[in-house]
Amino acid sequence: MTVLAALQGFDSLMSGDTVVAQNIAFGILALVMIVAALRMVTTSNVVHAALYLVIVLAGVSGIFILLGAEFVGVTQVLVYIGAIVVLFLFGIMLTRGALGEDEEADTEKRRMAVLVGVLVLVVTGGAVLDSFGDAAVNRAAPSLTAEIGDTIFSQYIVPFEAVSVLLLAALIGAIVVARKD
Amino acid sequence: MLLNQFLLLAAALFAIGVYGVLARRNGVLVLMSIELILNAVNINLVAFSAVRATVGGEIFALFIIAVAAAEVGVGLAMVLLLYRNRRSIDLAGIDQLRG
Amino acid sequence: MTDLLTLAATTASGLSLGITEGGSWLLRNAWLIPALPALSFLGILFFGKRMPRGGSELGIALVGIAFVLSLLTAAAWIDHRDNFEGEEVHRAVAAAEGHAAEGHATEGHAAGHPSLAVHNTVTWFELNDVTFTAGTLVDGPAVMMLVVVTLVSLLVHVYSTEYVAGDQRYTHFFAFLSLFTASMLLLVVSENTLQLLVSWELVGVCSFVLIGHWWEEKPNSDAALKAFLTNRVGDMGLIVGVTILFFTVGSALPGQFGSFSIAETNALAGAGRLSHTALLVASCCLMAAVMSKSGQFLLHTWLPDAMAGPTPVSALIHAATMVVAGVFMIARMYGVFFEGFSIGGSSINLMALIGGLTTLVGACLAFVQRDIKKVLAYSTISQLGYMVMALGVGAWTAALFHLFTHAFFKACLFLGSGAAAHAVHSFDMKSDMGGLRKHMPHTYRTFVIGSIALAGLPPLAGFWSKDEILVGTGGWGLFGGTGGNGAYTFMLVMGVTTAALTAAYMTRCIYLTFFGEFRGHGTPHESGPRIVVPLWILAGLAIVAGLLNLPKGFPLVPGSLQERFGHFVEPVAAYFPSISHGTPSWSLAIASTLVVLSGIAVAGWYYFVKVEAASKAAGESLTELPDGLTSRYPLAKMGHTFLVQKYYLDHLYTDIIAGGTKGPVAAAAYKVDQDVIDGVVNAAGENAVKAGNLVYHRFDQLVVDGIINTSGRASSGAGGELRKIQTGKVQDYAAILFAAATVLAGILIVIV
Repeated sequence: MTVLAALQGFDSLMSGDTVVAQNIAFGILALVMIVAALRMVTTSNVVHAALYLVIVLAGVSGIFILLGAEFVGVTQVLVYIGAIVVLFLFGIMLTRGALGEDEEADTEKRRMAVLVGVLVLVVTGGAVLDSFGDAAVNRAAPSLTAEIGDTIFSQYIVPFEAVSVLLLAALIGAIVVARKD
Repeated sequence: MLLNQFLLLAAALFAIGVYGVLARRNGVLVLMSIELILNAVNINLVAFSAVRATVGGEIFALFIIAVAAAEVGVGLAMVLLLYRNRRSIDLAGIDQLRG
Repeated sequence: MTDLLTLAATTASGLSLGITEGGSWLLRNAWLIPALPALSFLGILFFGKRMPRGGSELGIALVGIAFVLSLLTAAAWIDHRDNFEGEEVHRAVAAAEGHAAEGHATEGHAAGHPSLAVHNTVTWFELNDVTFTAGTLVDGPAVMMLVVVTLVSLLVHVYSTEYVAGDQRYTHFFAFLSLFTASMLLLVVSENTLQLLVSWELVGVCSFVLIGHWWEEKPNSDAALKAFLTNRVGDMGLIVGVTILFFTVGSALPGQFGSFSIAETNALAGAGRLSHTALLVASCCLMAAVMSKSGQFLLHTWLPDAMAGPTPVSALIHAATMVVAGVFMIARMYGVFFEGFSIGGSSINLMALIGGLTTLVGACLAFVQRDIKKVLAYSTISQLGYMVMALGVGAWTAALFHLFTHAFFKACLFLGSGAAAHAVHSFDMKSDMGGLRKHMPHTYRTFVIGSIALAGLPPLAGFWSKDEILVGTGGWGLFGGTGGNGAYTFMLVMGVTTAALTAAYMTRCIYLTFFGEFRGHGTPHESGPRIVVPLWILAGLAIVAGLLNLPKGFPLVPGSLQERFGHFVEPVAAYFPSISHGTPSWSLAIASTLVVLSGIAVAGWYYFVKVEAASKAAGESLTELPDGLTSRYPLAKMGHTFLVQKYYLDHLYTDIIAGGTKGPVAAAAYKVDQDVIDGVVNAAGENAVKAGNLVYHRFDQLVVDGIINTSGRASSGAGGELRKIQTGKVQDYAAILFAAATVLAGILIVIV
């Protein structure tokens, strides 16, 4: 009943229908993402794994839009799907000896990884359920891109500059590491 | 919508990413799993941002996207170097750390 | 003062700190001076290789323009100091009178016309309420340093064109020489502590690059690393100190989070508006920075090693840039230090003590060096100790004046030693020099002039500044003087002792280099004009620079020519503490001159009489008596060994502190046993060796070895167990890491 209790706090902009629609959209997205993520880490074909990654990333973008963070969602599509996945595909092609089938890891290693993964899930999940019992996301309107821009260039100017320096360093670092000599 | 459903989704993606990092033998797949972990964190940030109705979390999500781009660039460069030196990107073969 | 600051806090301009936005164009645009060498750096870096002279002409031209600009700025400042009339002047005068009414020491501020520093800032960026600015604060000390730095740098540039001619990294060398100059100039005109910090680090990086210029040889790159790492230790102090000051100032200003402004910090500290504890802690932190940068005792060990760099770099580092950055920083933040260490009315404090110790320690070490540049390096340490001591006893003007004169004669000595070494291709005085007097007359004469100025004989530059420092200690009540900020008798004794030691080691150095017979190979010959001319310019300045600050009441010249340096350099403004000045006394001047003469006499008698006679008898050029003190008395031998080992400080740092943190404690204990105990054992002779053997057999073999063996067995057993999970595979480690982190997080959640 906690869901209903949370729903009563919503303002008039969010009628009951919208909320139901949001929850259905979330359910579909979450299901698709988790299945795709599981396939990504288990498939033996590297190219397929990259395509599953695309599905997960698109799902994350959908989640962002659901949360009212439209600008971040669009950026997610542009940068992740548009650039990073393409970079992965290039990486796969350049290491062509490894293209195609990926040898399966030995069972002991997989068992260990499953154990650690489940441990992480249990602890974080437990902590989340324990801490944020019935807090609701009731956003009246999506966040404004102009506001994001203003905030980045005033309050977060130093991190912004730091990130730009980091990108430069990564650019130079990647060239230095990967060049042939 | 509840905050918890986003956080639990993120936790699940995070755990799957951890599994991928630990179990995959292909260097490129390990990097992809790291992206999964970063995305899980991003979902958390944006969800909290929405709850608090500020843009701070979204801005950090943007920063993480930028950092992820840098990370993939350097990471793939390292994988390429590995491939060039060993003709394989199988991480199981790399055990020079053994004492 | 309180009214003044209330006014400052209420008016938006906040000008009543003794600063003005007005003044002549040159003073407001002092940023041009550091910008020129910075431009030269970029120009040489990008286009130097394509220039006919490898970029050196660009460096010389732009540094030359910067020097001319500095001279013009100095002229503008002299005019500004006495003739600037503005609204702020009246406000500052009114504030000074209010200050006097409160009953504080007023001598400095009530002395007529205030000297308003010219302040010019631009906003760099803003974060919430805090505005980060960049800009210039031009006043007496800044202008003085501009002139000194650009002059020495210009001469070093000219000298270097001959000294490093044909070097494979000639262009690179000039590029960094320019950047070094630019960083120091930026530091000098810094308006806020953040900018100070940035330029401070830039100076450190440039010194690293230049000391390691010939990095192909291991000792050189080691020396560069040592300089850099030792400076990092102190830089941490600077960062912490600046941060503390930022928040302390913020707590005193309503509606402001913090402030980096130097003038504001000093003025608030001087007005007693800041917590004394915070100021004391900040002063100690900043002092750590000074200790590393200016080579003060305990962190001075990098400085002699830095001699591995090319000689022009040594001259630049020691005379004008790097090492005086620390002294200048104290002078710049004097309000903070004055209050933090309670300099006024005390008889001892941390700064004066460190300075005094450094000056003695450095002078002693200079005696046992074979390498001519190392003699000068330790001499620099000793003289920097003099300056820090002077600042510690409140003799601000004397310290800056000594910095000024020292820049000339020490640059002259370094360039002279470089010229001598250039001719004989070695720095070793004992095996490769001697008798150069006949071969290199210009070098010889300028070196002697520089030495006399350093030793402090009248009327050369060193005498006047050294005498002022001794006066400033206020500790010579027994000679009949008065004044000063306290009774620092202990510092007076240290200063006078050092004067004697300085005179003696410079006599030794001159004898070993220029007298006797030539001990090296080939025939040395005098250097070309690009080396000799800078030497003579500096020697000339070493003779006359002292006359700029003739003491008050000096009988031979009119009053208008006395204390000119103090008048134009020492700020009379709210951001500067009101320090009192000692009255010069003839008795002290005569006493210190006699001490210097006695130092020269003792060393001269030993070298010019005894060693000379022994050389004649032996038929070869000796460098010490065959049956001298050290060979006859074990105690003297021990002292000598102790000095040659540089008080074992390097062992302390590299073997005990660094080794102790990276290796097991047992290994460090073993090192102590090897280095210290064995060193003492060897020095103490037969009886001590027997005792040492006893210690060795009983203590070392049984106790220490027991500890080592036990700890070894324990760690090998534990290691055997842990080895099983060391598969060497990254993913296995990552799994352990993830699992452990998760378990720890789970525990944290359950507990909290």
